[in-house]
Amino acid sequence: MSARTPSPSIFRPKRVIDQSVLEENKKLVEEINRRKLLRGAVSLGALSLLTGCDVTDRAAVQSVLKAVSSFNDGVQAVLFRPDHLAPTFTEAEVVKPPRFNAYYEITEVKPVDVGNWKLELAGLIQDKRPWTAQQLSELPEQELIVRHICVEGWDYIGQWSGVNLRQFLERVGADLTAKYVAFRCADDYTGSIDMPSALHSQTILAMKYAREPITDPFGFPLRLRMATKLGFKQPKWITSIEVTNVYPGGYWEDQGFNWFSGI
Amino acid sequence: MTDTRVKSIDRQGLRLHPLPLRIMHWTNAVAMIIMIGSGWKIYNDEVLFGRLHFPDWITIGGEQQGALQWHFLGMWILVLNGLAYLIYGTASGRFRRMLFPIRYRELIADIADALHFRLQHDDLTHYNAVQRLLYGGIIVVAVIQVLSGLAIWKPVQFSELTALFYDFQGARLVHFLAMAAIVGFLMVHVALALLVPKTIVNMLTGGPTVSDAPARGPQSEVAISPAAAVKGAK
Repeated sequence: MSARTPSPSIFRPKRVIDQSVLEENKKLVEEINRRKLLRGAVSLGALSLLTGCDVTDRAAVQSVLKAVSSFNDGVQAVLFRPDHLAPTFTEAEVVKPPRFNAYYEITEVKPVDVGNWKLELAGLIQDKRPWTAQQLSELPEQELIVRHICVEGWDYIGQWSGVNLRQFLERVGADLTAKYVAFRCADDYTGSIDMPSALHSQTILAMKYAREPITDPFGFPLRLRMATKLGFKQPKWITSIEVTNVYPGGYWEDQGFNWFSGI
Repeated sequence: MTDTRVKSIDRQGLRLHPLPLRIMHWTNAVAMIIMIGSGWKIYNDEVLFGRLHFPDWITIGGEQQGALQWHFLGMWILVLNGLAYLIYGTASGRFRRMLFPIRYRELIADIADALHFRLQHDDLTHYNAVQRLLYGGIIVVAVIQVLSGLAIWKPVQFSELTALFYDFQGARLVHFLAMAAIVGFLMVHVALALLVPKTIVNMLTGGPTVSDAPARGPQSEVAISPAAAVKGAK
């Protein structure tokens, strides 16, 4: 049988890509692949022998678990339905006050001084002028009465309002084709979400809970509230928003929690 | 002509537990242990029943994030292996042959025998009514377990599925109860296997060859799957 002749396709470049780089580094590339394969084999072996792990096995198991977790990020991105709305509820079902959770106790919350507070913008955004709370509160307000679900397994129905994140990103000229939206917070918490989830219609920058300004423990003056992700993906006391193509990670994600964490 | 040849292969080769089935059985055993052990750790963070906690030494994953990582790894093994098993069991006629029919009268009689320690276990190639009910039932429970798991994982993307369990906490409750049913099944299953150790050997080696279609099952299923029979013989 003769070799397949390239068919004329619009996806196929007319000029063949220069292969010299690959040729020069062939050895290196093969080496990397071989190493990966070996590591994979060791890891699979370690999975079936849970007992008697030594340190190298444990590192190998960790790398498999991490790889599966990032594979699951991809699967969740595929499962994400951009136009599918989360169930909403009535005001009568709203829990007041909301349930607190952070990487410290509620008694250690340091209230944000709204007089000095500003929302900074960074990354792939055209208009990076910072916003005051007053300016943000003048933007059109959207209300969400949705279920908040924590990775620990508890949930409650909350009533949040603030500016729609998509509208806000459009207003400041953010690159909506970028991959990530990252957040920094007054308590040094960090977090990041994928752009499709950021653009979901039930994702807002909340300033109010049950029609009143959010109280200190729950993120005053500004927090992220979205119907499509777990609670820890929704930073409180936000001080900056960055649009980027570089994976930003986050406080819990860097400790092994699944990054996408969509619900 | 061809018919007799197929039959003769069957005669020599079809084991009680063909090789694919044995691989799937032990893969499932590993996946179930991962899912149960890590699930207990995840449960501990937000218990459903007052003081019911699982001690850390019987859980898998160490910290909460480790348990979650294990759970979402085990999920793939369990589901892919489970799908392969359902396809295999249906296509090879094994389910029809081994698990059906479950007759009410036989069931009552077998339960009575079992309670009097009279239940016969001479023919390991034939499941009695109690075994049929348990093995068939645990497949149904496992399917419910996967569905309630998906409902917990994606209560927004799969909101229609979660609604079938009433709500998020309803799905958690079903997920817990199905886990309890699986653990209960496992205890009985392992205890009985230890009482009749030959069943464990069978699940490792394949067990006796099944010489002919069993008396109760439909006669045709062995003949329609010569490929499975050949595979089983290897």
